[in-house]
This record gives sequence, structure tokens and C-alpha cells, in this order.
Amino acid sequence: MQNEHQLRAKMRTAIDGAASGLAILSTVLVVAPLVAIFIYLIYKGASSLNLDFFTQVPKPVGEVGGGMANAIAGSAILLGVGSLLGVPVGIAGGIFLAEFGRGTKLANAVRFTADVLNGVPSIVMGIAVYSLIVVPQGHFSAFSGGVALGIMMIPTVCRTTEEMLLMVPNAVREAALALGVPNWRSVLAITVRTASPGIITGCMLAFARVAGETAPLIFTAFGNVGWSERLNEPIAALPLQIYVYAISPYDDWHRLAWAGALVLIVLIVLAVSLVRYVTSRGVLKGAS
Amino acid sequence: MGVGIEVSNLNAWYGTNHTLQDINLHIPANHATALIGPSGCGKSTFVRCINRMHETNPIARVTGTVRIGDLDIYEGAKPVEIRRRVGMVFQRPNPFPTMSIYDNVAAGLKLNGYSNRRALDEIVEKSLKNSALWDEVKDDLKKKSGASLSGGQQQRLCIARALAVDPEVLLMDEPASALDPVSTSKIEDLIFQLKSQYTIVIVTHNMQQAARVAEKTGFFLNGRMVEFDTTHKIFTNPSDKRTEDYITGRFG
Amino acid sequence: MTRIRFQQSLDELKEQLLVMAGLAEQAIQRAIEAYRVRDLSICDLVNRSEIAIDRLERDIDQAALDLLAMEQPMAIDLRFILSVIKINADLERVGDAAKAISDRVRSMEQMAAVDLPVDIPRMASLAAEMVRKSLQAFIEADAEMAHVVLTMDDAVDAMNRAAYKSLTEVMAEQSHMAPQALNALMIARGLERVADHATNIAEDVIFWVQGDDVRHHKSLKMVPDPHAMG
Repeated sequence: MQNEHQLRAKMRTAIDGAASGLAILSTVLVVAPLVAIFIYLIYKGASSLNLDFFTQVPKPVGEVGGGMANAIAGSAILLGVGSLLGVPVGIAGGIFLAEFGRGTKLANAVRFTADVLNGVPSIVMGIAVYSLIVVPQGHFSAFSGGVALGIMMIPTVCRTTEEMLLMVPNAVREAALALGVPNWRSVLAITVRTASPGIITGCMLAFARVAGETAPLIFTAFGNVGWSERLNEPIAALPLQIYVYAISPYDDWHRLAWAGALVLIVLIVLAVSLVRYVTSRGVLKGAS
Repeated sequence: MGVGIEVSNLNAWYGTNHTLQDINLHIPANHATALIGPSGCGKSTFVRCINRMHETNPIARVTGTVRIGDLDIYEGAKPVEIRRRVGMVFQRPNPFPTMSIYDNVAAGLKLNGYSNRRALDEIVEKSLKNSALWDEVKDDLKKKSGASLSGGQQQRLCIARALAVDPEVLLMDEPASALDPVSTSKIEDLIFQLKSQYTIVIVTHNMQQAARVAEKTGFFLNGRMVEFDTTHKIFTNPSDKRTEDYITGRFG
Repeated sequence: MTRIRFQQSLDELKEQLLVMAGLAEQAIQRAIEAYRVRDLSICDLVNRSEIAIDRLERDIDQAALDLLAMEQPMAIDLRFILSVIKINADLERVGDAAKAISDRVRSMEQMAAVDLPVDIPRMASLAAEMVRKSLQAFIEADAEMAHVVLTMDDAVDAMNRAAYKSLTEVMAEQSHMAPQALNALMIARGLERVADHATNIAEDVIFWVQGDDVRHHKSLKMVPDPHAMG
């Protein structure tokens, strides 16, 4: 009957609209906190941003001004050391899990270990590295801080690499093998290369995650009010610095902490975007 | 120049599944030989035994002898070496997605250490011409990725890629089954031209295609080779009733 | 079994050809009967079946063409359809020969009956038997029966040659019987053609069933085969 059809059609349109509405609402609910935090940070911290912030080290208590230049540099160095450890080890692990050890007991053990490592609380990681490196060396260091961050990067990089490699269609591997390319070469030059956008995303995920970690650095990098000269010395880090300033009783330091938090987020976003831009320039027209 | 292939007592397994049983045949040089048979009859497995791709599966096993020219490919050489002499084109075109057209064709050479720029240019051009793709892509060799071409073009790209390493044998596993009729005709014309330089083995479930391109045809059924004869004989008056039932469509 | 529709189409094609065969056989039988009893009304029947035979020839060729184009037949199916097309043509010519004989009978009606030194009825029955046997071989897909038909052709050829010899003698020496002799000669000729067509049909049956092309075996045996494997 015509009326029944019309009624059903109207129902379907209404349900469709409701579902769209729900989807939009969910998106807003998810994005809103991020936007809110960002706006709040800008509100609280932008006023404290000036050239000094990026060029000067913290001033002693009581003095006005100063900056977090050393903390920014320190974070960069720590993340650099961490990436040097976490990225190669993680990618190598991912390659092993996906290409060479599929189905073996060793692969299962490695995967399990990575998952456990992922679940270790960051403070525990810090204490572990403290006992393993700081205590024998007898001092805090950028090196130990980098190692702590690096170890935390490994599980994310490894699992993402494995997943991205598994997504490379087998046809591509077979094509390479059928050309008489040795397996290891096929894995590196073809499979890994095909999966590289995803692998890079995995690295950036890990990077972004550890960039904001504070707890592991407390017992390893320790922090520094001035510039560090060598990797063997304690080093400042943005999250550490923000933490120290935030729990202090001084308003001046609080303002600097807000500024530091804003800068930290912006720098992470910038770093990720830069990597995306650089890697996308190498991609050809029409490539997947 | 192509070489003949001599297969003796070839048996192959996937785990406990005895996929190929006592295969004996001689594939003549510089001819196209078609292999037909219903799904699961073993023809694809057979072809993958010729370039030792069958054994890339961990539960695969092979016994028997396959000689390409004078070389016993299982006793006398490593898989990687064999695969450089035996090219393969797959059912679904599989160009390397991140590489340009040029790099795709040159892949087999570059990945084996070849680096002479001018020589590579020449080989790429020759291979693309041999696979009837040159005119369509010569202006975009390094700008377009392999995956941006149409299905028929991609398959010809894969053929060019296989030809670039100058194999003696070309194995084609249902190369046109994913393509439209015009592309299929182009591929068939190509096979006709390539016959004089290479030994071609083509697996196909399309009997009219086998009849169009191959001088000899083998009929596989349940892992055995039932009949192997000139294409003319197989399709006008086959000796074995099972062959006749298959090609007249009474089963399969 | 797959391709049921195709198998049914092949069966239908065979049925159509058998109808055609029946008409052709009947035409020959009637023409011979007309000769035997000098009955013109039977000649009319032969003319009418000629029209039906021509129409059927076109229909069968069309059906065979459709099957070739649409079904991509192979091996025995392909040989079958090819044989049908050729037997179709031969049957139509048998019909033509029957009509020619019946036309001769019609013109002989005006002439006096005379005794001629030829045994047309015997030749006719042999030719008709060849047609019947070759069609039986087709119905039963019996290549051996078809081979038998091939051997019968020699006898008909011999009778035709003898008829030619004796009838030309008559025309030379007894000119008042020349018209009848000429007619008898043409009838003999027509019967010899019918036998040839039956031979063709038998050869086509052998090709269909065995895949052997046994045509022109007598003449080709004299010349070496360039395609023979040696």
C-alpha cells in the first residue's frame, strides 16, 4: 500500500538522520576535550611566551623571567637518543615477527614480551633504568633518560611495524621472490618499503607518547637548571621542568609551567607534521 | 632463447595432501604450452614447481626431477638462481605499489645489484616494447607509479618486469583471467610474439584461450596429467574420455 | 552433468536432421515408385516434399550456426555439428536428385514403354538401401555400419557404368528408342548421385564418431599425404 511505503520511507529517513546526528555528537565529544585543553593552554600560557622563553634557562627562585630553552633542547636530545634505540630495535622486532618468525614459538615469546613491556608503568620503567644504568654509573645522565624513553618506544614501534607488514599483500612478496630476489632483500626493499608509511606512523605514535613522559625521567635524566654539556650529565626535559614548576608554590613558575605545557604540545604536533610532510614528498603520483 | 623442460616423476605435497602425482612430460622449447584442468587439479602447483615457488610454503614438499635445459633445478642450483632463469606472471597483476613504472620493470635487475644506468634504461625500454606497453607509458616512466595503470596495463607491466631479467622460460598462471576481452586479446597476441624467444607455459581455465595461443596442451585432473598432446588433437579429438568430458563441459 | 541446455540443443538438432532425413528418404522411395508404376500423382508428392526439404535445410543450418557461435563446442560436439551441417547439404541434394528422377518419369509418360537393357529398379533399391543404412549409422552413431555403406558405392558405380555403356549402344543402334534410353540414362545418373550422397553421409558419420577424415580415400591413396607423420 502506498501509505505504508511512505511511512516506512519516512521512518528510514528519520533513523538515518538520528544516526548521523549521533555520529556527529560522538565526534564532538571526542574532539572537544582536546580542543578545550588546547584553548585553555593557550589562554593560560600564551601570555608567558616570549623570546626569552626559548632562549634562556630558568632563573633562580625569586628572580622574574627566564625560560625553558634548556628543557626544550634537553627533550629533543632525550627523544633523539630514545628514538635511536627504540626505532631500530622496534622495527627490527616487527620485521622478525612478520617476515621471518611467523608462527614460531620465539615469535610468540617476543610478542608477549612486547605486550608486557607496553604495560609496565612508566615510573617502574624509570626505577628499572635507574638500577641498571644510573647506579652502576654513579650519576644521572641524558643517556639513561634516553634509554628509558627508548625502551618505552619499542613495543609500540614493534607491534605497529608487524601489523603494517602483515598488511602488505602476499602477492607483492611473491612477485619479488619470483624475480629471483633473495628473501632478505625482498623483505627490506619491497615489503618494508611498501609498508613504510604505516611503519613511520607507528614510530611517530611512539614518539608522541614518550615525548610527554615525566616519570621515567625523574630517576634518570633528573633535570638540570642549566645547559648540559655531555650525555653523561643530567639533562633538563620539558615535562620534568613543567612538573617541577607546577608543584612549586611560586606563581611565576606556574605561569612558566603553563607556557611549557603549551610549547610541548605544539612541538609534538610540529614534529609529527614535519615527518609526514618530508615522507609524503617521496611518494609518487597514484601510489598507494 | 628458450630451452625445453623435462619433468620426470614429479610429486608434490601440501602437508599430507598429495597435490601432484607422478607427472612426466616434456615441454618443448620456444613454444607455448597450455595446461588446462578443473579447479584444484594441480596445474598451478605444477607450474610453481618449475620455478621452485612451491617450496616457499613451509608445509610444501617436492620429489622427482625437473630439468630446464641441462640443469636439474632441484639438485643443481639454488631457488634464487632458478627464479632468475624462470620468470612468472601471476593471475592478478601485482606491480610493486610504491615504485614507478621504470623501477618496477628494473626491479629484478636493481635488486640483484645491477646499477649501470644506461644499460638499465635500454633494458627497461626493450622490455616495455616487448610487452607492448612502451607507447602507452614512455612519457611517464618515472612519474607514475606501477599501481596507477589500468588492469590490462598492469599485467603487461608485470610481463615487462619478468622479461627484463631475460629469463629462458616464462610461466604464466592464468594471466588474463582478471582482464577484459580487449586486454586479454592483447596479452594473447603478446604471447604469440614472445613464443619465438622464450619457452612459455600458460595455465588457463579458458580453453578457447589455450586453443588460440598454445601448440601443445596438457590436461590435468586430480593431481595427475591425463593427456598431453598437440592442441589440435586435444580440442578436436582427444584420446582420453575424461579429457573430452572436460573440454565439452560435461564436468568441471 | 553440466551444460544440460546445450545437450538438449544438440538432441534437438539431431531430431531436426532426422526429420529432414525422413523426408529425403521418402522422396527417393516415391521417385523410384513413380518410375516403377508410372504414376504421375506420386510425382506431385515428390515435388511437395522438395519444398519442405529446402525449408528444413535452411532451418538446420541456422540452428547449427547458432550453436557454433553461442556454445563454443569442442571435440566431439564440434565434430557432430560440423557433420550435421554437411549431412544436411547432402540430404538436400538427395531431395534434388529425387525430384530430377521424378521429372524424368513425368517426361517418360509421353513416350511409349519399351524394354531397355538396364535394371533401374535394382540400382534404385541399392541406392535407397545405402541412404537408409547411412542414416541408420547416423542415428546409432555406428561407424562400422557407415564403413559398410562405403563399400556399397562400388557396386552402384559399376551398375552406372554398365548402364551408360548399354544405353549409349541403344541410342546409337535403335534410334527410335533414343528418348527413352536417354531418360533411363539420366535416371541412372541420378541414382548414382544419390549413392554418392549416401557415401558422403557415411563419411561424415565416421568423422563425427571417430574423428577420422576418410573422404576421397580412393583418389587420395594414390598421392602421398604431405601432412602424414612419418
